[in-house]
Amino acid sequence: MENVVEHSLAADGLAVGYDQREIIHDLSVRIPTGKITVIVGANACGKSTLLKTLARLLKPSRGTVLLDGKSIQQIPTREVATKLGLLPQSPTAPEGITVADLVGRGRYPRTRWIRQWSKSDDEAVAEAMTSTDVLSIADRPIDELSGGQRQRVWIAMALAQETDILLLDEPTTFLDLTHQFEVLDLLVDLNKSDDRTIVLVLHDLNQACRFGDHLIAMKDGDIVAEGNPSEVITEDVVQDVFGLAVKVVPDPVAGTPMVVPIGRHTSRTDRTDTAAAGSSSGNLAAAALAASAAANGVCRPTPE
Amino acid sequence: MTAEAVQVIARARAARQTRSLVVTVVLAVVVFATFCVSLSLGDFKIPVIDVVKTLFGGGDHATEFIVNTLRLPRALTGLLVGTALGLSGAIFQSVARNPLASPDIIGVTYGASAFAVFAIVTLSLTGVAVSAFAIAGAVLTAFLMYVLAWRHGVSSYRLILIGIGIGAIATSITSYLLTKARVEIAQQALIWLTGSLNGRDWSNVRSLAITFVVLLPFMVFLVHQLRILQLGDETAYGLGLRVEVSRLGLIVIAVLLAAVATAAAGPIGFVAFVAPPIARRLTRSPGPAMIASGLLGALVVALSDLVAQHAFGDMQLPVGVVTGVVGAPYLMFLLARANRVGSGG
Repeated sequence: MENVVEHSLAADGLAVGYDQREIIHDLSVRIPTGKITVIVGANACGKSTLLKTLARLLKPSRGTVLLDGKSIQQIPTREVATKLGLLPQSPTAPEGITVADLVGRGRYPRTRWIRQWSKSDDEAVAEAMTSTDVLSIADRPIDELSGGQRQRVWIAMALAQETDILLLDEPTTFLDLTHQFEVLDLLVDLNKSDDRTIVLVLHDLNQACRFGDHLIAMKDGDIVAEGNPSEVITEDVVQDVFGLAVKVVPDPVAGTPMVVPIGRHTSRTDRTDTAAAGSSSGNLAAAALAASAAANGVCRPTPE
Repeated sequence: MTAEAVQVIARARAARQTRSLVVTVVLAVVVFATFCVSLSLGDFKIPVIDVVKTLFGGGDHATEFIVNTLRLPRALTGLLVGTALGLSGAIFQSVARNPLASPDIIGVTYGASAFAVFAIVTLSLTGVAVSAFAIAGAVLTAFLMYVLAWRHGVSSYRLILIGIGIGAIATSITSYLLTKARVEIAQQALIWLTGSLNGRDWSNVRSLAITFVVLLPFMVFLVHQLRILQLGDETAYGLGLRVEVSRLGLIVIAVLLAAVATAAAGPIGFVAFVAPPIARRLTRSPGPAMIASGLLGALVVALSDLVAQHAFGDMQLPVGVVTGVVGAPYLMFLLARANRVGSGG
């Protein structure tokens, strides 16, 4: 982006809730600029609430969200929309809207009803659609697209806003594995090409480790751990945050931490007759996995 | 990014605009033709060509008197009422993202009716006073609805359910008042309740026209925001729209349009409900298709009034009897066809 000043996002002493129920009690965080930050945690731990508060969708009862050091509630909402874009978890599109039309609506904060659509708006839309690879389906109605295509179109709409900061609430939730990786790879591209600050909520810890530069693990409305993936995703933290016993081994492809849940029925002895019966099978399975990872050789992510 | 990419975007935008423009122009022509035909018919028939001449100031005294003085106020009232209902329905349905949310389904026009019937039956009022009561009824009903539906903002389904509930209460009140009234007065109230253009004069045209002139700038401003509101509350917030403020503004405009139309001609049913979906399908617009909705509302009322006045010989029906019969089959046809293609909903 051509802006000289990079935008910063932080929260200070936040308390947020719905009705009488307070979800976040006292939370402070700094979102690293130009990095991909992933918020993880169990259901109802407040990760979406935090994201929505950062995006000024929810008003904190105490504390402030700071955009470039100023309280986000004090900045006109339209001005915020030129610095910070948001993709909600389940956005709704009007029936029959075409791809180009939807992406074009991302230009709203940059147009005035007096200043009508201009060439620069067309250019911004074209750029957003090129980088998300949806230009070839510009005339298609959204309803006819696959889930992955649709998610790319919504991301294109957020990109047309031309913001330095992009917040995404579970962008992979309703997608199959291929499309999940397509979307996550796209986010890395966007982060690399423009140094965009990206914050997203993800459920899959392995994906969080692979695609996040910075992880925030939450439990009961508090941050339990934050830092780079190998600092955050340890067996102790996952046990604490999710209440699930796991093994953490190096991801055989990326080298990042990989979480292997143990669970109660880890080794289905009734099915696996090759496993030595009677031994403590949980540890055995984990050991086998670690061995296989070691045998494959742990690959470091290849620099581009 | 390449220049071709920019061209793809510009072309896609042009294609969308061309379609709406063509549909709008065709609709405007059809509305004008219907309008001229309705001015030409009556006890004394005037050729359509003379009607057009007279409208543009070139007719003789006799036709000028018949067209401009006798028939024009009624026809214009019909057009303006239809336009107001079409616009009101388009705004309501888009704000609530639900085709059921038109002012004649949720309580607004029922509230207006209850108040008007109270004015006619209990207070023995007529004319402008009844209209004033109708407007007060519509505004009060809408206010009550909005307040009851409010919980950290107004959600669509709450608005519709509460609207239908209030509508039922208003209908009960209307029925109660009618059963208590003397037969002649009840008959008078019933005619009002069906929606009629009979005996409308320039005062009706004036009040409708003033409403349009006052509301137009707000409408242009807020409809621009309606396109963003349609993307869902969270996305709209993200794009920097003050969601509750613009939703409230849009509802106020839609209520005023419906209220003024109801005050002028009674609760003409089905127009606000049927015009916007037809307009959207004709323009293939994902947005509210405001201009086309207004034109279609005017067309439905004008056509219905033609039928009501002239199709049954000497018997003249109130226009509200016909609107449903004209509008509903077309909507059903469109829905059936869309469902067969698989894009209906």
